[in-house]
Amino acid sequence: MSASTVTRPPASTPTAKPAPRRRPLRPARVVLHLFLGAVAVGWLFPILWAVLTSLRSYAYTAANGYVSFGGWTFDNYVTAWQTAEFGKHFLNSVYITVPAVLLTLFLASCVAFVIARFSWKLNIVLLGLFTAANLLPQQSLLIPLFRIFTEVPLPEFMSDSELLYDSYWGLILVNVAFQCGFCVFVLSNYMKALPRDLYEAAMVDGASIWRQYWQVTMPLCRPALAALATLEVTWIYNEFFWATVLMRTGDKFPVTSSLNNLRGEFFTDNNLVSAGSVLVAIPTLVIFFLLQKQFVKGLTLGASKG
Amino acid sequence: MSDLPLIQADHAVSSPATTTTSPGGRGRRLRLLSRTDRVVITLMVLVPLLLVVALVWLPALATVALSGTDWDGIGPLSEIDWVGGRNYSDVVNIYPPFVPAMQNNLLWLAALFVVATPFGMFLAVLLDKEIRGSRFYQTALYLPVVLSLALIGFVWQLIYSRDQGLLNAVLGGQTDWYGDPNVNIWAVLVAAGWRHVGYIMLLYLAGLKGVDPSLREAASVDGASETSTFFRVIFPVLRPINIIVLVVTVIESLRAFDLVWVINKGRNGLELISALVTQNVVGEASRIGFGSALATIMLAVSLVFITIYLAVVMRENRR
Repeated sequence: MSASTVTRPPASTPTAKPAPRRRPLRPARVVLHLFLGAVAVGWLFPILWAVLTSLRSYAYTAANGYVSFGGWTFDNYVTAWQTAEFGKHFLNSVYITVPAVLLTLFLASCVAFVIARFSWKLNIVLLGLFTAANLLPQQSLLIPLFRIFTEVPLPEFMSDSELLYDSYWGLILVNVAFQCGFCVFVLSNYMKALPRDLYEAAMVDGASIWRQYWQVTMPLCRPALAALATLEVTWIYNEFFWATVLMRTGDKFPVTSSLNNLRGEFFTDNNLVSAGSVLVAIPTLVIFFLLQKQFVKGLTLGASKG
Repeated sequence: MSDLPLIQADHAVSSPATTTTSPGGRGRRLRLLSRTDRVVITLMVLVPLLLVVALVWLPALATVALSGTDWDGIGPLSEIDWVGGRNYSDVVNIYPPFVPAMQNNLLWLAALFVVATPFGMFLAVLLDKEIRGSRFYQTALYLPVVLSLALIGFVWQLIYSRDQGLLNAVLGGQTDWYGDPNVNIWAVLVAAGWRHVGYIMLLYLAGLKGVDPSLREAASVDGASETSTFFRVIFPVLRPINIIVLVVTVIESLRAFDLVWVINKGRNGLELISALVTQNVVGEASRIGFGSALATIMLAVSLVFITIYLAVVMRENRR
């Protein structure tokens, strides 16, 4: 067993111990691996099943049942992409997610900087106000927010609805307002851990507050910002509720909430449903596999998020 | 640790004699700020604060206020009449979906708390051992965490669907797992738990990595078994994580929405408070006061747990 410990890649064991705690019995290890392997396969199964189903023709599965082998095709993806107009909805998601994530990180880092840089009594209230806002159930704010959104006018060049309701702007703002809290919490903790001499030195150099924020603090926060950006892209892309209730025009829905329309169109064809699901999952899966470390770090940095 | 100088700085304001040792005092610092700096600081706080107050806290207060009125959501605000607690008594007494919704929310909480959370913790403990392939197991387990709950509803439809689902194909039954009000909440809970386990596993794994290894060594020198080491030594040390997980679980079960909404908009066995609120606003009947009363109940429950959460994380921060 100790041999396997030695051959492990060193990167994955941050707390390498000089000697094994206790030489585990080999059968116990086998049972452990069997158990974890079974759980892992069980956990992956629904996703793999969706991929598998999406690659088979409806005619074949209708004739032979789903527990069969064959009927491989790529047509479901083509049909799903065209019927549900995924191109358009993906673009809508980009229009909403990119500005919302950038704005969230910018605004949250501003507040976090002030909270971490100064020791005012109000800071704790500020931090509480932001963090708690992130945890409130969205539905409990829906009624007034819905009314506000249908009352606030926007010029026509910003939204053809001429209202905050049914516009990308409204959706971006509401996502920013909700996600700011989590980022303020994580970033202020991160910034508080930075050495304070930095600011003393910056002040001696006569750096303004803005320069201290933008040129001293922000570059040092890159790891935290990267982790949060990964997480926020996933969350805002996955956001379903606000887009469902604050949008009306079918063409403007981001891809996650357009899923609901897809249901009606594809209802009788599970192979199409699975192709659509896989298409919608691809961006988050790509992020997950490319930026897994950032994703996990972001989640555990805050050790929170409802 | 980094907070210590801040505390000293606060004292420095009251006793100027010590300012020499801590030059970063609050009073001095304010005086050192130029007018531009003060404007910049104000803007840095005020703009995000206004956004959050306007789009989160004011609506929250308005929800509470509206829950005591009979507003229909369309008429001018001047026509609003105060009705006191009538909406609340109506919700409890003459609104049939309310009781099932409460039951389902509690069931949701119980399922996540009694089954999914301990299982996630158990897996974290197993994965914390030095085993080969740990990364693969971890990845498989938290893969569902990156998927939206709406999407998860569709992914599981492939298993649950009556005519085309895998479950019926294997079992040979004719159950409509999403449609039959006797079973659908359980089917949905399996899907919700599937995602929750990975998330909890991740939180505990991070917590376990932070546990001082000497604690474990000391326990094993004392001859404690692995199980008793965990429950007597490790678990108590994880207290902050335990509380965060508790709060996350409660809030998650209260906010549960996407999954039932994509299945059938929260009807027919899948009632949830969040879905009822939404139905009352964007649904066919817009009953504002009534929906607000439901929303206020959600708000009240969540605020209790948010307060606990804040108390814990703020205390952790001060360490």
